[in-house]
Amino acid sequence: MSFDVVASSRIEQRQITPWRYIAQTGVQIGLLGIFLGVVGILGMFNKRPIIVGELTLGYATLGLVFLVAGILVGSRRLFASIPQTLLAGLVAGTIAATVFALLPIAMSLISLRSIFVSLDPTLYEMLTFGYRAPVGIGQIICLGAVLGLLGAALTELPRSVRRPISGGLVAAALAGLFQELLRPILANSKVSKPLHDLLYTWGGLTLRGAITIFAVTAIAITVYDLSRDRFNAKFQSLPSPNRRRIRWGFLAAAIFLCLLFPLYAGHFIGQVLLTVGLFTLMGMGLNLEVGIAGLLDLGFVAFYAVGAYVTGLLMADSPFALAHMSFWEAMPIAVLCSVVMGVIFGIPVLKVRGDYLAVATMGLGEIVRVIVLSDAAAPLLGGAKGILQIPRPVIGDFHLNNPVLLFYLTLVASLVAAYAAWRLEESRLGRAWKAIRDDEDVAQALGINLIQVKLLAYGLGAAFAGLAGSIFAVMLGSIYPHSFQLIISINILALIIVGGLGSLPGVALGAIVLIGLPEMLREFGEFRYLFYGLAIVAVMRLKPEGLWPSASKKRELRIDAETLAVQQGAATADAKTT
Amino acid sequence: MTAIEKAGVKARIPQIFGSLHKFTYVEAVLWLVRISVVAVVILGTIGTLIKGTYSSSQWFAFFTFGLTIGGVYALIALGYTMVYGILRLINFAHGDITMTGAFSAFFLARSFDRSGFLDAYPVTSMVAIMLLSMAVCTVTALVVERICYRPFRHVASLAPLICAIGASFVIQHTFRGMFGNTVRSYPDPEWMKGTIELAGFSIAIVQLIVFGMAITAMLVLYLIVQKTKMGTAMRAVSEDRDAAALMGIDSNKVIIFTFVLGACMAGIGGVLYCFVYKQIYFFSGFLPGIKAFSAAVLGGIGNIPGAMLGGVFLGIVESMGPPLFLDGIGIPAPYQLRDLIAFTMLVLVLVFRPQGLLGEALAKKRA
Repeated sequence: MSFDVVASSRIEQRQITPWRYIAQTGVQIGLLGIFLGVVGILGMFNKRPIIVGELTLGYATLGLVFLVAGILVGSRRLFASIPQTLLAGLVAGTIAATVFALLPIAMSLISLRSIFVSLDPTLYEMLTFGYRAPVGIGQIICLGAVLGLLGAALTELPRSVRRPISGGLVAAALAGLFQELLRPILANSKVSKPLHDLLYTWGGLTLRGAITIFAVTAIAITVYDLSRDRFNAKFQSLPSPNRRRIRWGFLAAAIFLCLLFPLYAGHFIGQVLLTVGLFTLMGMGLNLEVGIAGLLDLGFVAFYAVGAYVTGLLMADSPFALAHMSFWEAMPIAVLCSVVMGVIFGIPVLKVRGDYLAVATMGLGEIVRVIVLSDAAAPLLGGAKGILQIPRPVIGDFHLNNPVLLFYLTLVASLVAAYAAWRLEESRLGRAWKAIRDDEDVAQALGINLIQVKLLAYGLGAAFAGLAGSIFAVMLGSIYPHSFQLIISINILALIIVGGLGSLPGVALGAIVLIGLPEMLREFGEFRYLFYGLAIVAVMRLKPEGLWPSASKKRELRIDAETLAVQQGAATADAKTT
Repeated sequence: MTAIEKAGVKARIPQIFGSLHKFTYVEAVLWLVRISVVAVVILGTIGTLIKGTYSSSQWFAFFTFGLTIGGVYALIALGYTMVYGILRLINFAHGDITMTGAFSAFFLARSFDRSGFLDAYPVTSMVAIMLLSMAVCTVTALVVERICYRPFRHVASLAPLICAIGASFVIQHTFRGMFGNTVRSYPDPEWMKGTIELAGFSIAIVQLIVFGMAITAMLVLYLIVQKTKMGTAMRAVSEDRDAAALMGIDSNKVIIFTFVLGACMAGIGGVLYCFVYKQIYFFSGFLPGIKAFSAAVLGGIGNIPGAMLGGVFLGIVESMGPPLFLDGIGIPAPYQLRDLIAFTMLVLVLVFRPQGLLGEALAKKRA
């Protein structure tokens, strides 16, 4: 099995003229804008200010869409001369805005609200800037033209100018977007209070603050870019032990800061980090199955459920409880039960491969959920009402009773799990997994015991999920079958794909991007799964190796690219000789 | 074909002997699963029949409901099976594509219902609803094909499956964003209510209509695939894409045609499903989708009559199974476990008989 994607050759090679490309891009971007409006993203984003009274996230998104039209056209290098490129950006932006303007025009002519729930008067007001229809629509088209032009101009700028500008814009946008999070942190201490007053008012980021952040970030990036080469040269000239020491020093400092951060940031951040940690744990488990052993599993949530239910049954103060153990006794048993469950899952699907494996495991996962939810199992597992009153873990007399403390528990568990996963990947077993991932038949011919190795992948992968489930049970204090839907399996799959299959830091990064960000932007919760879907498709299409690919994956991709280049070279050589 | 089959039989004989002296614990577990499933079925059936909880008219009602819903599964399953036949790819988003058509058609049906048009002109309005649903499904399917499947057409990997999972999320939540997350109730016109007496048994009219329309749609599809030039091309491409290309068949066109055909069937199936269950929301596509996929696997994926048969079979087992098998062994509220039967059948078929009831063997190398 291979996740490497070679851009398909035969269909895509259609020659199109530059102007046709520009028109096509413009129309597509315009349709994207309409999509964002109709789905309700623009309306929802418009309620969130980035700069108080000046710019909302909705307008920023709309502007970004038009900017992308210019960037796409500009980065294609369709024309040699700069004025022509700028003109192309202008045209693309105008076309995009004109197509997009069909939405407010349609809204002004007929009432679509009875079908499309998000096309309400507030959205109309936003799209026409509060003016009457012709004026507002004219403004939109002008905006599109200007932003298209700017986008194309951005691609023409040299890298040393482009990087500070885009970095500064991103930093200012982030500061505005996460103001609810940053403000309490800054305002809490006396040291950072003046900084808070400089950047924010009670309503959010001020224009002054935005400009300050933009300028500071831009300057920082410029300085960094200018001095990076010198630093690198100096770093390279150091003797190797020193270099290693500096590297470890940086790493230790970073870890130390990360450890302190949740204590300082409060319960909400603690809760978000805790969720990220749980998903990282499960991601590492699924990574063993999918990323390393190549066994696609959509029933992973079942192991999580087993971990949580076993912990609940062994600890809870409820009629369903089998025992009243402490967390430290219940957790190993829960993990063990998950391992058993993993092996039980593994046995029937041993012979099923590829896509079918995904569907079979999904079926098994759903079977577990339906059984847990049913009245038939209710006397044992509590049915839809779940298991309540699970106590929090205790160390001596110390109760781990808030999210931050539980986060530290998860962190320790994650570190242990990460170490285990890392050692497993490099072990003989890990190499066997990689072998069956690449070619099962060859692996068998080389003497790998397929049954044993596959069952170990399921069992060990399930152990991680069981551990996460165990912590989840004590985190919530109660568990319901509705917490264990198929969507969790797909979440985990999505996060390891986005992070980079087979890469441990990728799992953490994927969890932060796909779980942490949406948790922090709670009010956009409805759209998080839309965002997931788009992220999965985009990563598969554009960057199939993920955001943080593992070193071996990078190496494989490079080899593949070289092979491809050689093959293509041979093909052209053949074509020339014949 | 026969030569291949013969070779297959020859290859299997040593396999059977081999498995006798290599009876591993995996085999033991698989036999345990087989035996326990058979035991549940037999014991449950005997138990239910002895208890006699249900009358014969109730059994007949279970059967006709199963037949009806099975016809709908069959329609949706055709989309899975045809795409698999051509591309060797599971169109994971097909269930959600089904939902898009039915959800869009809901608004037309609602406006027809409110204006009284649906009661006054049943045939015209049903045709209009179906056409809208088919059109929306077709557009969605083609967009999904263009974005998620076409770039990976020449690559054997899991990428298209993962992309399809992403696409199914995007479709669901686009529709949630557009049409809201409330459960909408489908219109229930007067002429669909009531029952017909037939030889002492009563059949609901809505079931007759749904099953009749499903059968008609499947007949039309069968004629298209068997009699038209495009259908012939489709069969040729599914047999051997390279050879078909050498014969001058534009495989790209055929693939698009296949998606359109599958989407049209899904469009009809989705609307019929909604007329049976009377409700729709953005997640409605998942269950019929996964069940139709089970039906396609059950009938032998890639096999068109197999999908029809598998759908009807699954519908009947799902409807009659809980009272027949589970009630007898004393499980409370067996109807809650209806989905369990579909999923269990899916897993069992994938594990024990991957070629399905009448299908070709699954391409084992496609991993």
